[in-house]
Amino acid sequence: MENEVVLLDLWASMFGMRVRIALAEKGIKYEYIEQDIWNKSDLLLQMNPVHKKVPVLIHKGKPICESLIAVQYIDEVWNDRSPLLPSDPYQKSQARFWADYVDKKIYDLAKKVWARKGEEQEAGKKEFIEALQLLEAELGDKPFFGGDKLGFVDISLVTFYSWFYAVETIGNFSIESECPKFISWAKRCLQKESVANTLPNSERVYEFLLDAKKRLGIE
Amino acid sequence: MADEVVLLDTWVSMFGMRVRVALAEKGVNYDYKEQDLKNKSPLLLEMNPIHKKIPVLIHNGRPICESSIIVQYIDEVWNDQSPFMPSDPYDRAQARFWVDFSDKKIYETWKKMWLSEGEEHEAGKKELISIFKQLEDALGDKIFYGGDSFGFLDIGLIPFSCWFYTFETYGNFKMEAECPKLMAWVKRCFQRKAVSNTLPDDKKVYDFVLAMEKILKNK
Repeated sequence: MENEVVLLDLWASMFGMRVRIALAEKGIKYEYIEQDIWNKSDLLLQMNPVHKKVPVLIHKGKPICESLIAVQYIDEVWNDRSPLLPSDPYQKSQARFWADYVDKKIYDLAKKVWARKGEEQEAGKKEFIEALQLLEAELGDKPFFGGDKLGFVDISLVTFYSWFYAVETIGNFSIESECPKFISWAKRCLQKESVANTLPNSERVYEFLLDAKKRLGIE
Repeated sequence: MADEVVLLDTWVSMFGMRVRVALAEKGVNYDYKEQDLKNKSPLLLEMNPIHKKIPVLIHNGRPICESSIIVQYIDEVWNDQSPFMPSDPYDRAQARFWVDFSDKKIYETWKKMWLSEGEEHEAGKKELISIFKQLEDALGDKIFYGGDSFGFLDIGLIPFSCWFYTFETYGNFKMEAECPKLMAWVKRCFQRKAVSNTLPDDKKVYDFVLAMEKILKNK
């Protein structure tokens, strides 16, 4: 039954993309309902009254909010295939730690680059690159953060790659020149259908961000 | 071979208290090392180089950081008794959601209220009370957030109760008047040794915060 799983999302949301990749990895059919975040629907406000944000996964009518919580839920319910988290408790704690690090740092640091100017923007660029380099060090020689396969940390992080062109263009810098390993990891992830079919066109994201800036009154 | 469990923490941290309550619930023996956050120890910096924060659980030499991740780790390793996580994946997602909510909201909102005055102070106070009312609604008529048993969300939230006296005094309001059901839940939690033996006296917490205020105002 297709409407047993519903996803309220915004095509450009790197958080929503995480849920879409997880659903694709598990081969789960679902109904995707695009949300207008500038004019929030009654359904969104009803399903996420606390934060009023996307993504919201709705399974058998019950909402699950916060993308990393939704991804863990998907992994636990459809636990017969493509495990996203390690089974070992220590490895699991490390995967949760790094996904949490991505959540705490990457969006805000990228925003410093696209929303600020001058010295603040320069500081933002430096911190953003440093964070990516820290993640590169954590990846080490592994093909994926999950080891041989795409895992929880890969899914939590690769979605930001679709925003890199926008951030580079606004910030006037090259991420690849500073973080080549990161870029080659992202491209490796993109060889997976679940990722390639989910991440939107980078130029479309750039247009979206320019529009968002106007609406938010950011020059 | 006996487990070696070490906890790097500070007595007043609600986040550290979550870990202490969890370890006590499981009956795990551990070595508690009080940390001086104004003069961070080499051990803390080695075990949590990313965030440089407490709490850090060190299990057989390996660090686990971030309190909600640590509590889940404890539940998964010492899984022979007192399970914290609900067995149903949806209930687990809800418990994680509210712990995440408390992580994102309580301390930040307290800080808004703490040293501010006038309108800003009133806005912070209103928001703080609203946060606890939302948590009270989430409890409903249950004995504990975990239903009949004390669980992950109970562990996540109960440490904030020893800060209530501080919130009330600075904010000039009474939790009992605003959230009577939540206060009844606090009393029920305190019937558990793991909670009553772990949480510090709320006047001690207030004295600590007063001392911090003096230091900040003298800067």
